[in-house]
Amino acid sequence: MWQFFHKLGSPKWFFGISARFMPWLLAGGVLLLMAGVVWGLAFAPKDYLQGNSYRIIFIHVPTAFMAQSIYIMMASAAVVTLVWRMKLADVFVKAVAPVGLVLTFLALFTGAVWGKPTWGTWWIWDARLTSMLILLFLYGGVIALDRAINDEKSAARAVAVLVLVGVVNIPIIKYSVEWWNTLHQPASFKLTEKPTMPPEMWVPLLLSVLGLYLIFGWLACIRMQTEILSREQRTRWVKEFVMRGRS
Amino acid sequence: MAFDSFSAFITMDGHGPYVWACYAVFFVLMLVMMIGSVRSRTAIIESCRRGYEFQTDKSKVAATSAPSASFERVNVSQD
Repeated sequence: MWQFFHKLGSPKWFFGISARFMPWLLAGGVLLLMAGVVWGLAFAPKDYLQGNSYRIIFIHVPTAFMAQSIYIMMASAAVVTLVWRMKLADVFVKAVAPVGLVLTFLALFTGAVWGKPTWGTWWIWDARLTSMLILLFLYGGVIALDRAINDEKSAARAVAVLVLVGVVNIPIIKYSVEWWNTLHQPASFKLTEKPTMPPEMWVPLLLSVLGLYLIFGWLACIRMQTEILSREQRTRWVKEFVMRGRS
Repeated sequence: MAFDSFSAFITMDGHGPYVWACYAVFFVLMLVMMIGSVRSRTAIIESCRRGYEFQTDKSKVAATSAPSASFERVNVSQD
């Protein structure tokens, strides 16, 4: 068990194993996302209340879901960094923070564009929207803090603490639609209940969520590999990997 | 199909601009992020390779060229 744990923390081991999964993650992700998006755009029935503008849901919900999901994963990795000083956990946080930033921006952007025809306004300072904006700033803060500190170990610790402090925001985002009066509609998916939408709507939505999840997995792998290569340049295995096929 | 014609699919009862703007921004940003990630990985591999080649070139030069100075033992009479 402990041996496995140690292996998991080894950048070299991760490098080898991730290369095997990556093509499948990318292919599966693109396929599922495309299926979900095409189904949602062209074949899903029109919403009786919102008309066709609701078709934005097929990218809005996946990006918003991933934005929060990535932050939770980063927080778990931050705990590992602080408790076990595992290098790979820190590599993960640094590699995926920019992905989280882009997806949070996309969730806010698609939400704003959806809000215009539905609520009559691009933006309103209500609980759900404001807490998502704070999430965007948290991602930005993590990236900035990491760049500001030159020493790798102190940067890792500072970033981990910031990520953990920011994690309070996640339950606020999640329950904001229940705790406060907000324009935002309640969650589309709940683990405990059946979706309120018909299957012709929620199946494509589920497909695009899964697809984006797999694409994120691929992005995380490739970005972690980049970070590992730049950190471990002086090791023998990186040299062998880079120079293989050359004499 | 949920639409009668292709033009109905594009206009989406007046919601077309909103829907298509969202999808366009989504796909452009995703593609930029994915291509950027691949390129930065390629770039780091390239720069590592150049670094290693520079190192081996330097050691080769050091091994083949004659030393610019030599230190030989010279026996000088102590008397």
